[in-house]
Amino acid sequence: MIEVGLNHFLIVSTFLFSLGIYGIITRKNAIMVLMGVELILNSANINFIAFARYGNFGLQGDLIALFVIVLAAAEAAIALAIVLNIYKTLATVNIDEVDSLKD
Amino acid sequence: MYDIIFYLFAAVTLVSAFFVVTNRNVVYSAFFLLFTFFGIAGIYVLLGADFVAVVQVIVYVGGILILLLFGVMLTNKITNVEIKTGTINILPAAIGVGIFAGVLLAALINSDWKTLPAGKPLPTTALLGSMLIQDYLLVFELLGIILLIALIGAASIARREKV
Repeated sequence: MIEVGLNHFLIVSTFLFSLGIYGIITRKNAIMVLMGVELILNSANINFIAFARYGNFGLQGDLIALFVIVLAAAEAAIALAIVLNIYKTLATVNIDEVDSLKD
Repeated sequence: MYDIIFYLFAAVTLVSAFFVVTNRNVVYSAFFLLFTFFGIAGIYVLLGADFVAVVQVIVYVGGILILLLFGVMLTNKITNVEIKTGTINILPAAIGVGIFAGVLLAALINSDWKTLPAGKPLPTTALLGSMLIQDYLLVFELLGIILLIALIGAASIARREKV
């Protein structure tokens, strides 16, 4: 068994990223699409921290991961507000049925 | 030992992420997302990023996941716990994503990353704190403003009165 190194973490994040994209493409429910986005952001974070650790960039990767987490929180709040509004207006959150412009 | 723990966390993360995107029940997906986030926090700890791991647990598990569950509950007519979701384009998506993942994997395995031997992990909290209020002060302030704007925006979008 090879010793765990940078490549192992990158492979994990690659699979996580692919699963996130798969979720975004295949799910109808808008909230499930948001979950896919969260998976993608997390995989990016793993990459940042892995490169910071094995490339000896100090802690800058950790800081960027923190910033990404903050942005993910803001994104989730805004997106959920929009989804709630869509549900109030159209009584559905299936994004393939939400295809009407104003009235 | 380190390797075993890594494979354990990687397996938890990837298996539960797989269930997140394939399970038909939205609530089950949300709970599998919980395990994914915990697995990722474990991976952060293995990478020596203790503070980010704790933030991950607090913000993702304690905040974003609860927010998503609220979203699930508020956007369904709840008659029982079976909240299903439809899926579309499964076959083309699986093929496309498979090719994409294959290309990424080939690229990163064949790349010659310049790595240095990772040193002993040190506590990062104090260093991160001083970096935040010295070199990255502007980014820190901007993030604060972004969070404030997001808060106000989310409240005003979700509570908009009918005109």
